[in-house]
Amino acid sequence: MDGHVSIEDHSVEDGSRTRNSGAAKEPRATNPSDNDPSTPMAAEGAGGPTPQPPPGRRPLTEEERAARLEQRRQRDREHMERQLEEEEELVLKYGAQHVIKLFIPVSLCMLVVVATVASVTFYSEKGIYLLYTPFHETSDSVAKNVMGAFVNAFIILALVVVLTFFLILLYKFRCYKIIHGWLIISSLLLLFFFTLLYLMELLRGYNIGLDWITVSLIVWNFGVMGMVCIHWQGPLRLQQAYLIFVASLMSLMFIKYLPEYTVWVVLAVISVWGEYTVWVVLAVISVWDLVAVLCPKGPLRILVETAQERNEPIFPALIYSSNILYSSLTMAESSTPSTSTTDNGGSHDGGEAVADPLQQDHHAPAPAGGVGRPTISTAPSSSRRRRSSEAEAGFGPEWEAGRQQREAARQRRVAEHGEASAPDVAGGGGAQQPQEEEDEEERGVKLGLGDFIFYSVLVGKASSYGDWNTTIACFIAILIGLCLTLIMLAIFKKALPALPISITFGLIFYFATSYFVVPFAENLASEQVFI
Amino acid sequence: MTVAQFFGCGMITFGPPLVLFIITMAKDPIRVIMLVASSFFWLLSLLFSSMLYKVVGPLQPYLAFGALFSVLFQEFFRLLWFMLIRKAEVGLKKVSEDNLEIIENKHILAYVSGVGFGLISGAFALVNVLADMTGPGTVGLYGDSPSFFIATTFTSLAFIFLHVCWGVIFFAAMHTRRYLLIAYVIMSHLLASAITLLNPLYAVTVPLVWLVLVVTAVIALCVAGVSPASVRNSLKFSDRAYRVDAVDVGATDSRAHL
Repeated sequence: MDGHVSIEDHSVEDGSRTRNSGAAKEPRATNPSDNDPSTPMAAEGAGGPTPQPPPGRRPLTEEERAARLEQRRQRDREHMERQLEEEEELVLKYGAQHVIKLFIPVSLCMLVVVATVASVTFYSEKGIYLLYTPFHETSDSVAKNVMGAFVNAFIILALVVVLTFFLILLYKFRCYKIIHGWLIISSLLLLFFFTLLYLMELLRGYNIGLDWITVSLIVWNFGVMGMVCIHWQGPLRLQQAYLIFVASLMSLMFIKYLPEYTVWVVLAVISVWGEYTVWVVLAVISVWDLVAVLCPKGPLRILVETAQERNEPIFPALIYSSNILYSSLTMAESSTPSTSTTDNGGSHDGGEAVADPLQQDHHAPAPAGGVGRPTISTAPSSSRRRRSSEAEAGFGPEWEAGRQQREAARQRRVAEHGEASAPDVAGGGGAQQPQEEEDEEERGVKLGLGDFIFYSVLVGKASSYGDWNTTIACFIAILIGLCLTLIMLAIFKKALPALPISITFGLIFYFATSYFVVPFAENLASEQVFI
Repeated sequence: MTVAQFFGCGMITFGPPLVLFIITMAKDPIRVIMLVASSFFWLLSLLFSSMLYKVVGPLQPYLAFGALFSVLFQEFFRLLWFMLIRKAEVGLKKVSEDNLEIIENKHILAYVSGVGFGLISGAFALVNVLADMTGPGTVGLYGDSPSFFIATTFTSLAFIFLHVCWGVIFFAAMHTRRYLLIAYVIMSHLLASAITLLNPLYAVTVPLVWLVLVVTAVIALCVAGVSPASVRNSLKFSDRAYRVDAVDVGATDSRAHL
């Protein structure tokens, strides 16, 4: 109800000041008192730094001001409650958009892996194994193989844990150079060596001849471009494509070089198919993921929080950022220097506002991160947005946790959504530029590359048995798990591990499908009975 | 030849639903999520029915039994899915505030979940057959019908469309409590499934299934309120005016909620 009032209030002002650039971004810093604020603290605190209102705006008289403040205090509590609710809605709404933005890359990654596994036998052949898995599960005794699988899994897990802690330590002590070097070397390896391997196997699989000169030219160009894109600069689409490719290469490696063994222990299902360290590793990794992200002192939590303390993006964090669209938008405009942001944004917003006065409403969910104010994050972020890729650690997802920041971002979003121009709560009056950029950048759902890798390992492994029903079932189950994780993200509002739910769903559906559904579906298909 | 057949059959079955998906759903994240979630429900129904099939060992040779229960399970899960959507409607309203279309026009969700059911059931019916299509080998060497693949393909397509229609009819019937229509959905599903039990007789089964599809589609169109006039309207490309209206309504509505 009070919202309604505030909106009317607002629209009156709109009429008088013809909604200038302030509508979306300016007013936070300039004239907070003419909007419905989120807290009195913000309103009062912001009163100080307020300079004179922008030229087009009607200055408020003292009485008006006082009356408004009073009103505001009265309804403040309600407002806060409402805001909390709205916040939740927004996260959900936000989620709906970003779920899709994660669906696409995850599906693409799986597609690459599945297509490769299905068409190139090299990746489903066994024989060579990773150094870390000394037990090759060749013995006849089931118990021995299971033991071997577990030992393998724990060795790999230990490796991942050690590497993660190592990374955290480096990060903690700001040894950025070492981390960068590490990442560069690992991506160098992936982009050149593994790409070469992949290309060769692909050619061999399709029985195509190609001379070495051409191959080396292709690999060189591909690799160098990848290095440039991942570690320095490049169109975002290209960068994301490289990240997806790197992730799928990595999961192909896992599929190929992990010895196969039993998972039935893990699921207490003695399955006909059960065999594979991969499965054990998947289960163990998802547990590790859970611990790492959720424990109060879990390493990934520390990483995320340290990053937030230092007010910088999780830089080495091998993260796939979901705001592809926004990013490409910003990339497109990033030539404009950041000083011109307001102009740019102004014309943008103003134009739309003229065309459609309701624009603010029906645009509401999207602009939160992007369309509405794409320019703010422009120039500086383009250099920061380099997400690096790292291979070994299967570690988890960082969904931009960080209470304060997200809260601030969200509040701002809420404010914007509701009032189209509310003062920033967290930033007080002087919402400084860096903070803002930060929020811009961290907005959106992010998924660790490790998640991509392990999702693809699961689906690829499922497809390597040649049954497509199982593959589809795993795929759907993983997507649903991802959805559920995102819903939980909206509820708990902190960084969550993306692997456990999805992988558990995937495993359950893998085994259930291959044990129950496949015989039934095969009968149906061969008898041509449709259900 | 095998590869050509693979692509041809794949396109026949998945082309039309794919076009539906791209034109009507791909742009709206909520619809895509609903699509995936509804196919998940279908997957659950299949899982339960095949568990049942597995458990009752002696009846395994009789596929009719499995098909019967599978159909019942599918309709049951359609009901569950409907109830879930109904429960989630409030949340859905919040999530899709920018286009209330999806809430106001109940048929959209019904249609989306119908496509979800159809796509996944078509996929499960066909993908392995498709994979076999790429060879090596040829159908019909041992006296089987050489039109095995093409019959499967067309029947799958019919079932995908049937699922879409069933989704629309079922949801509308639940909303308006016309239980006769629900009975029709279940009966026609059973009927279509039973027809395919005759299956090497392609000349009989394929036309019959398509006949069921035509009847069901007519009913679904009636239920969704399609009239000759509305068809003419939609063909006039006047949907732009329409869409603006929808946005208007949605926007004012969300204002009112505030």
